[in-house]
Amino acid sequence: MSVLKGWREIPIGGLILEGRTAREYKTGDWRVFKPVIDKEKCIGCLICWIYCPEPAILRVEPKVEVDYDYCKGCGICAQECPVKAISMVEE
Amino acid sequence: MAKTIGLSGDQAAAYAAKQCDVDVVAAYPITPQTIIVEEYSNYVADGEVDSEFICVESEHSAMSACIGASLTGARVFTATASQGLALMHEMLYVASGLRCPIVMCVANRALSAPLNIHCDHSDMMGSRDCGWIQVFAENAQEVYDWIIQSFRFAEDEDVLLPAAVNLDGFTLSHALEDLVVLEDAEVRDFVGVRKPKYWLTPGKPITVGAAVLPDYYMEIKYQQEDALQRSIMKIREVNELFEKASGRRYKAVDTYGLEGAEAAVVCLGSTAGTAKVVSDTLREKGCNVGVVKPWIYRPFPVEEFLDSVKNVKSLAVLERTISFGAPNGPLFNDVLATLYKAGRQVKVFNAVYGLGGRDISPHEMETLMMDAYENIEAEEFDKKVKFIGVRG
Repeated sequence: MSVLKGWREIPIGGLILEGRTAREYKTGDWRVFKPVIDKEKCIGCLICWIYCPEPAILRVEPKVEVDYDYCKGCGICAQECPVKAISMVEE
Repeated sequence: MAKTIGLSGDQAAAYAAKQCDVDVVAAYPITPQTIIVEEYSNYVADGEVDSEFICVESEHSAMSACIGASLTGARVFTATASQGLALMHEMLYVASGLRCPIVMCVANRALSAPLNIHCDHSDMMGSRDCGWIQVFAENAQEVYDWIIQSFRFAEDEDVLLPAAVNLDGFTLSHALEDLVVLEDAEVRDFVGVRKPKYWLTPGKPITVGAAVLPDYYMEIKYQQEDALQRSIMKIREVNELFEKASGRRYKAVDTYGLEGAEAAVVCLGSTAGTAKVVSDTLREKGCNVGVVKPWIYRPFPVEEFLDSVKNVKSLAVLERTISFGAPNGPLFNDVLATLYKAGRQVKVFNAVYGLGGRDISPHEMETLMMDAYENIEAEEFDKKVKFIGVRG
């Protein structure tokens, strides 16, 4: 977590004065359960990559990895994996 | 050169907006405000103004369009009343929360049910906590003058808040009065061109209206409260500048007949006119009862209010709304909290009057003012909320 700023230090009205700031807001700490991919079972079908709403499944050849900075732990990837290669592990 | 013309309160509002070089007007007609947008759309149709007039399907959309326009840096004006203001309620908070300067006229009208098109202050008081600067005018001249001043303080970089100028429905909105207007150029010089601090433009993207979670929400709301409380200083400055431009002196609180008075009546809007006349009559009879009329209701002008009642021992606070189930009305609560925090022992009673357009007669006003007068020396006084003229 970044250091929280005081009311005098932030733009008025909740404005964000520059673009592409979403990447600075790391949502990984919302997570209660984290998806863990079993690389042996994974067939690289990319179903998880398609279904991830963040997207926090990264394509890392030859298969996929989880971007834990942004993964909120929703578990959709584990639910959709056709070979049950993803398990949700409590943080 | 100032000139005197005859206009209704609604026409005076449209005329002021016309002179303020407004860029965007988004509005929906509703009695008793309709004449404002009707007049303004005539100006647009006749090419007298360089404004975009957005016809919308509801007041909720009207305020939404005003917010969008204000965020692009435009000067924005609108008007509404009663059910229209109630329908805008959600967006009023967005306008102030996103720090959008917008000037809006509210032609005060009762809220349904029962359906009623006549004046009381339930509409604005229902949205009292929406974070807008709130002004109450006594006559058409004040409507005109406050609209011009409102653009100046609402758009100021240190304020950046929307402002509502209230005028009593029918009593002011539809009554013709003589008023002194400035030349177009004088008004344009006074309000200047809006210089936004941040605005939506494709070349320099900003994010507006992002979700803010518990970690920052309170800081942003505190900023807003700080800006509204401090806006009183900017309003004072603008009042001084307006006096130089027009010769007419406004303050946060208007006072009348307070010389040697130990009792006064506190009220908003056109009712102060009746109170001033009765104050003169009573003075001739040897009873000095003054009139205290907050021109600015939000932010509540604590300093000016306390100064105006510094010699007063008894007050009657007149309320043109009911705060259902509350011990007293909203104006009374503001007055009492202000006095209490200043350590002032003043005898104060609360009276509800004029709901749904019922007149308050000079006779009824005299009774109220005499009650306040008699309370000066009274050991005990009636603290029940009075409902003026309600038949038993």
